[in-house]
Amino acid sequence: MRYMPHTESDIAAMLTAVGVKTVDALFADVPSACRRSTPLDLPPALSEWDLDRHMEQLAGQTATAPAYKIFLGAGSYDHHIPETIKQLLRRGELYTAYTPYQPEVSQGTLQAIYEYQTLVCRLLGMEVANASMYDGASALAEALLMAIRTTKRRRVAVSRAVHPNYRRVVETYLRPTGFEIVDLPYGSDGRTDLALLADQNELAAVALQSPNFLGCIEDLQAAEGRIHADDATLMIVAFNEPLAYGLYQAPGRLGADIVCGEGQSLGIPRSFGGPGVGLFACRMKHVRSMPGRLVGRANDAEGRRGFVLTLSTREQHIRRERATSNICTNQGLCALAAAMYMASLGRTGFRQLARLNFDKAGYLKHALQAAGAELPFSAPVFNEFVVRWPRLSSERYTQLAKGGIVAGLPLAADYPELADHYLLCATETCSKADMDALVEEVTR
Amino acid sequence: MKEIDELKFPEDVYYSKDHEWARKEGDLVTVGISDYAQDQLGDIVFVELPEKGSKLKQGEEFGSVESVKAVSELFMPVAGEVVDINGGLEDSPELVNNEPYDGGWMLKVKPAGADPFGKLMDRGAYLAMLKG
Amino acid sequence: MIGTTGLIFNEPLLWEMGAEGRTAFSIPARDVPELPLDAALTGDGPDFPDLSEPEIVRHYTRLSQWNLSVDSSMYPLGSCTMKYNPKTNERQAGLPGIADAHPLLPVALSQGLLRLMFELERWLAEITGLDAVTLQPAAGAQGELTGMLIFHAYHADLGGPRSKILIPDTAHGTNPASASLCGYAAVPVPSGPDGILDPETVARLMDDETAGIMVTNPNTLGLFEREIRRVAEIVHDRGGLVYADGANMNALLGVAHMGAMGVDVLHLNLHKTFSTPHGGGGPGAGPVCVTRALAKFLPVPRVLEKEGRFALSNDFPHSIGKLHAFYGNFGILVRAYSYILSLGSMLEQVSRYAVLNANYIKAGLRDDYHLPYDRPCMHECVFSDKRQLAYKVSALDIAKRLIDYGFHPPTIYFPLVVSGALMIEPTESESKETLDRFIEAMRAIAREAETDPELLHQAPRNAKVRRLDEVQAARKPCLMG
Repeated sequence: MRYMPHTESDIAAMLTAVGVKTVDALFADVPSACRRSTPLDLPPALSEWDLDRHMEQLAGQTATAPAYKIFLGAGSYDHHIPETIKQLLRRGELYTAYTPYQPEVSQGTLQAIYEYQTLVCRLLGMEVANASMYDGASALAEALLMAIRTTKRRRVAVSRAVHPNYRRVVETYLRPTGFEIVDLPYGSDGRTDLALLADQNELAAVALQSPNFLGCIEDLQAAEGRIHADDATLMIVAFNEPLAYGLYQAPGRLGADIVCGEGQSLGIPRSFGGPGVGLFACRMKHVRSMPGRLVGRANDAEGRRGFVLTLSTREQHIRRERATSNICTNQGLCALAAAMYMASLGRTGFRQLARLNFDKAGYLKHALQAAGAELPFSAPVFNEFVVRWPRLSSERYTQLAKGGIVAGLPLAADYPELADHYLLCATETCSKADMDALVEEVTR
Repeated sequence: MKEIDELKFPEDVYYSKDHEWARKEGDLVTVGISDYAQDQLGDIVFVELPEKGSKLKQGEEFGSVESVKAVSELFMPVAGEVVDINGGLEDSPELVNNEPYDGGWMLKVKPAGADPFGKLMDRGAYLAMLKG
Repeated sequence: MIGTTGLIFNEPLLWEMGAEGRTAFSIPARDVPELPLDAALTGDGPDFPDLSEPEIVRHYTRLSQWNLSVDSSMYPLGSCTMKYNPKTNERQAGLPGIADAHPLLPVALSQGLLRLMFELERWLAEITGLDAVTLQPAAGAQGELTGMLIFHAYHADLGGPRSKILIPDTAHGTNPASASLCGYAAVPVPSGPDGILDPETVARLMDDETAGIMVTNPNTLGLFEREIRRVAEIVHDRGGLVYADGANMNALLGVAHMGAMGVDVLHLNLHKTFSTPHGGGGPGAGPVCVTRALAKFLPVPRVLEKEGRFALSNDFPHSIGKLHAFYGNFGILVRAYSYILSLGSMLEQVSRYAVLNANYIKAGLRDDYHLPYDRPCMHECVFSDKRQLAYKVSALDIAKRLIDYGFHPPTIYFPLVVSGALMIEPTESESKETLDRFIEAMRAIAREAETDPELLHQAPRNAKVRRLDEVQAARKPCLMG
């Protein structure tokens, strides 16, 4: 096997040095009752070339562009990824290293994460960002747990317009310890209705998402006043399409205490939902309650600039059961991709691209409306929106998909009240011709 | 780390088995950690202290000190109410290393009970404990 | 000496470079009109530096050259299984039908990917000897959390939630933090004098309030927990469950049967045992394997197969819920799948060579370094700095000096049960010649500790930077520029 260098003579020499006769003898401590009674029943090993064919066969069954026109977003977005990022990420020095525990031989990773933390802060308008969480969903769950820790309260409010899968992850994280989750409904404009907050007290946090799952931009400025009416309550803003902050105001500039979400949009392929990267940022005054790793600046013995993992006493390997989280391995390489992406676009490119996304989705929205689709929500959107389209039956949806058009995400499974409603997404990868084709097909 | 003989142990404070010290100053008791404790911990990078007004029992946890790779809890050497904390440690935690009995003090406590130092050790007893 | 200084470039921070108006991105042509924006909601956009494509490429190329990695050198970081990351795995994960797959495609349009998940689950069940698998946890620690959530759901389902969990002092450091997320109080279990669990100790601590035990096997001393079956019996007799941290599975492929050991729940680290890259800190994947009785608690959605067609189902009312927005780190699952298919039944050789390599290092260094537990080791061996401390040389100094010899240091100061631990895990990827050079370097360092300790205190000298002031970094944190 090409991954293992051992020859018969190597093995013989090594066994002699160890002082045993066979490799089996090294396993003498494993009692027979703990052993397998049969050899591993796995498929026969494939050559590199046969493996290629097998994987191409599996991957070839997936619907992808350009053969398919896929108008799906809902937390996973199709954006162009520069070839530079793909190639740079394949540098072995980057992807075959591990957590930079030894800073002297990890300065590349450390400086890159420090740059990532900085760019995330600038993106979200926040004061400190960690080195990444698993994904947007677990980042939100950890943000709520952090709010519960810092406020010593037991109840949180979460908008129903937060990604339904994120809300399920939040429930999973909070359920065993009995923390209470209050659902906040969305209103007729597609934004969270905060009226219910008037009846609540002792909330550790209120979590909104903007753009929310229905594509709508929340009025964070107004929400901030409502939420901070109790000045102990933390305002958490989640997101799953950070490109929106190229155009819309960053939540950190509107008074959010924690901003967290999914960064897949930032140069990371969709890969059937993962790996992406959980972005997580907060105010400096809360940094010691923050989950996850942090990289900070430090000087070396000769006064040169360098970087180290710092404030590690928050973490599981030191504070153990009282740690701010159990996270250890994070999404480092994806965070690196996100940093490369933000740097590649720059302020100028990020804004242009955000604008293009807004205009593409706007074009499709208006085209569908002109063709007779109803737009149930009035709030501004970014690159996603909801339409009500009773003529698009589930049979017709399936038929369209077979024909090469995935006409958005049916919402009824997650929002029973939204039967006949679809969430559609158009990014810069959608051409006008693709969108025109969709409109023509669904109106036929 | 230093030898015991190289460390300072003033006569005017009482010591707890957890290596905190307590010194009577008028009606109040000042609390900190001993030279031995700071030496064991190494460079202290952060001190977490309770809020003013906290009422704590003897032996109860009142905060923690952190070095780069360790956290140690702090325990009340005397029972009482915290009337002041050393805000200077927020910006200069190294005071605990450099001046453990002076600039590195942590709390001023209004003691509860008549004999707050009853269960503590004087210098001689503490040194005997350290030398085992 | 393998290490030598080459030409290392200095490189500024991103925002110390560039000029407004540059870009490294090819903006697509506009084919739709500009629409009006709501001025009240719009901002100026993030303050990113503007850089050209050549600047981006050179920046990250230079940064990469400051890293030591598995591709550049032996990386014997104990407990982390820094094995070779096959290049073909990267190719497979990058196939358009994988990298460009949207997670919410109708299942008819993603059959190949669902098949991949279904097969990988089956293979991991076969490899561990357990019955059912979830691939959803994004890393080992999230796998541990999944396991604890399953413990919690199991006891709640029986009507008696429990409050404590037993965690041996030789378990992984994440375990207590994972347990406490479920509200469990961690009860430490001291290991016996031979470094392994004593069933009597477990029997003394196990009670009806205790949800079970979290065992790492082989443990963090690199020793196989020989009494695991008795431990499991004791825990089961009191109604508890046994969790095994499978981070050290690289020692046991094709050898051990976790089901036979009495393990109920186990997580695997695909980025350790199954060769997926560590990525400078992640992403990993932490699948969880369980017995048939616990399968109903696994996270949703689960992949189901019927007559060769695959579907996703949320219809599991006892499920603990979801750990990830979608199905976990799918791209990492693809790499592990590719690895298993590349090896087939040769996976057994992986563990045999990993254990042989560790024992070879142990034999090569035992005359120069203190061996706190002198027993046959599995895939890693743990020494300590006890002998070198006599010359005021610590595990940290030894680790830093090893950098000058061109090796990544081992894990140091872990496990906590060994003072000044040096935890060395060579993996099966290293050749005898590389191991010989490593042993030679470690022995040279042991001699240097006696003759020139200052050399070690000042190490490393050949890296991009010297030792960094971590104290100042923590006292006055500077976390963004």
